[in-house]
Amino acid sequence: MSQLTTLPRDTDGRLTPAPPPGELIDMPRFPINARHELANTDQRNNLQAATATIRAKRALRVSEVPQWEDLRQAAKTIKDQVDRHLDSYLLQAEQSLTKAGAIVHWARDATEANQIVVDLVKATGAPEVVKVKSMVTQETELNEALEQAGIAAWETDLAELIVQLGHDRPSHVLVPAIHKNRSQIKDIFLTEMGQYGTPAPADLTDDPSALTSAARTHLRNKFMRSTVGISGGNFLVADTGTLVVVESEGNGRMCLTLPQTLISVVGIEKIVPRFEDLEVFMRLLPRSSTGERMNPYTSMWTGVTPGDGPQNVHVVLVDNGRTSVLADPIGRQTLRCIRCSACMNTCPVYTLVGGHAYGSVYPGPIGICLSPLMRGLDSPIDQSLPYACTLCGACPDVCPVKIDFPEVIIHLRHEVAEHKIRDTKPHLETTAIAAAGWFFAKGRRFTVMTWLSGLVGRVFKAKKQFGAHMPWPARLWTSARDLPIPAAESFREWWRRNHERP
Amino acid sequence: MSQPGQGLSVGLFATCINDVMFPDTPKHVAELLTRLGCSLTSSPAQTCCGQMFTNTGYFREGEATVEAYVEAFADCDYVVAPSASCIGSVRHQHQMLAAHRPALARKVDRLIKRSLDLTEFLTDILEVEDVGASFPHTVTYHTGCHSLRVARIGDRPQRLLRAVRGLRLVDLADSDICCGFGGTFCLKNPDVSIAMATNKAKAVADTKAEYLAAVDNACLMNIGGILHRIKAPVTPIHVASILVQQEP
Repeated sequence: MSQLTTLPRDTDGRLTPAPPPGELIDMPRFPINARHELANTDQRNNLQAATATIRAKRALRVSEVPQWEDLRQAAKTIKDQVDRHLDSYLLQAEQSLTKAGAIVHWARDATEANQIVVDLVKATGAPEVVKVKSMVTQETELNEALEQAGIAAWETDLAELIVQLGHDRPSHVLVPAIHKNRSQIKDIFLTEMGQYGTPAPADLTDDPSALTSAARTHLRNKFMRSTVGISGGNFLVADTGTLVVVESEGNGRMCLTLPQTLISVVGIEKIVPRFEDLEVFMRLLPRSSTGERMNPYTSMWTGVTPGDGPQNVHVVLVDNGRTSVLADPIGRQTLRCIRCSACMNTCPVYTLVGGHAYGSVYPGPIGICLSPLMRGLDSPIDQSLPYACTLCGACPDVCPVKIDFPEVIIHLRHEVAEHKIRDTKPHLETTAIAAAGWFFAKGRRFTVMTWLSGLVGRVFKAKKQFGAHMPWPARLWTSARDLPIPAAESFREWWRRNHERP
Repeated sequence: MSQPGQGLSVGLFATCINDVMFPDTPKHVAELLTRLGCSLTSSPAQTCCGQMFTNTGYFREGEATVEAYVEAFADCDYVVAPSASCIGSVRHQHQMLAAHRPALARKVDRLIKRSLDLTEFLTDILEVEDVGASFPHTVTYHTGCHSLRVARIGDRPQRLLRAVRGLRLVDLADSDICCGFGGTFCLKNPDVSIAMATNKAKAVADTKAEYLAAVDNACLMNIGGILHRIKAPVTPIHVASILVQQEP
């Protein structure tokens, strides 16, 4: 195992591939991003095919478990208990971890979390780290913080590697490169791998086994020489201090066992109280996420085991907005989330536009709830996220921890509406809704409105349907859809004429 | 024809969209239920279920429609609407909107138990599946999301349609996926809404059915808008307008 003291730099002078410029939270409103993503036909085809496959697999594997509803209820109950007593469970977890030889760090936000990790890596003198796929470090943008500090962070999950080498962002919490097909992946490997380590073979094809073999070879040196591993954690058991990582490729197992130093960055909501509680989640998670009965690799470790695996074990417990979520009585149920991604796979909006439209590391139903709850409602993207949903209700049915997404989404829309009403500058929407609200508040006012719509109906009677050439806002509808002409006589007018004595 | 509705007073909740855009639908409900023996009223105090306000986040405006709903229907044995979505909103949102006003909340509690979609009223209260209708055409059925997952009316519409003489019901692919209407979603996210409606319209056209039936005219207006634009030979029709048809 030879450790490199200086790593090569790419043509931009960087150690690792640069992600797309800009911050997620500064992205435009969802509808604008969505229009852009919808135009990407390849991506749409990739997404539709991949999510249809995974939806069918999930449905099959769930149907095999007769007590599925009991498991969901148990998971909800356990997670609700954790959230109600999070303060004591966290202290218990800290105590258990410390007793087992791990060093616990507390981070209020992304900046603190990144600083803790950067300092820990610097103290080891390592120029690079290998990473297990982790959502919370995506959230804190740890890789960029490490790059700024002159440390290279290598993603080792195949899809995360594709995204990293592609100067891209993940578009799904479980399948980060779901928007790419194998021929696109081949091109990324051929152009990028050589700049950051072992190049892909020049005769690389888009055959899946050739692609994974290229990735394996590319990653092998990094695994062998890295002295620091960085992970997240799917679960943190409070009573034993055991951390759990669930994965499919074995890259996680290598990151968790080969390096001398292991730093795990874990959101404070990842707690389960007792080791036995894992049985519930280990049955729910693989079937809900990948549609497998059991995931290929489950790694569990409890602090330090002398002479076996990492001898320096650090755990960074991160808040980064989670206590704000906890403070919201309706929103706090989203802290139950175990990041399985069943909600996004089943979401008719996500499966069309993909994850990049959400300006958030969490896309789909969980993202449009969690991101505004964690970040607040000050940015245009966070104000638009709760509306990126038709309220079709498909997601709560597949959620393994029974998050009532429509309830949270409507609650957040109410917060956005109140935010707009409080705003000093006028909003067209609040004005239009207030006007409509006045008409809809009383039957007799609504009757007046039906006279007006009847007038429109009589004027345009010959037309049958309104077509494409309509002024705004009607063209939001009619750009692609015809619109029936309102009835010349409303139902209430007809009823009055036929049923009520003069 | 037997009259299982004899002695029942039914408040007909037309719903706002039907009142101004599709008045034939509540007219057909009135005709059908009268034929089945119910005595119908349709109070002019009614306006809307309120979901376009509630689901956009404007709870105060939603609450005002709850008051109108209570005023219009408090005295009826049952309230019946040709819309599973509006009934879903009544049953699942009115309590939340009225919760801070105990007197209103009590009235809401009593009323929501008696608020039913037409298909539920027919199969569960009148206990009929064969309403004596005849419609010799090929029909495909769109399962509205709120009918499936909010009002949870199950396969009642399909059972009623299968009992119609001459009607051939053909399956629609991906029938549990949303058509993209979503209330104000169709205006706030027009591009996504259109993409979803286009997928749905293609699936409908692929069935080669003559008619596309649903229990919600909002879904039909959305999918039908695309079908009409692309000149697909499929006519949107509300389930009530099929059930009312009799042999000539």
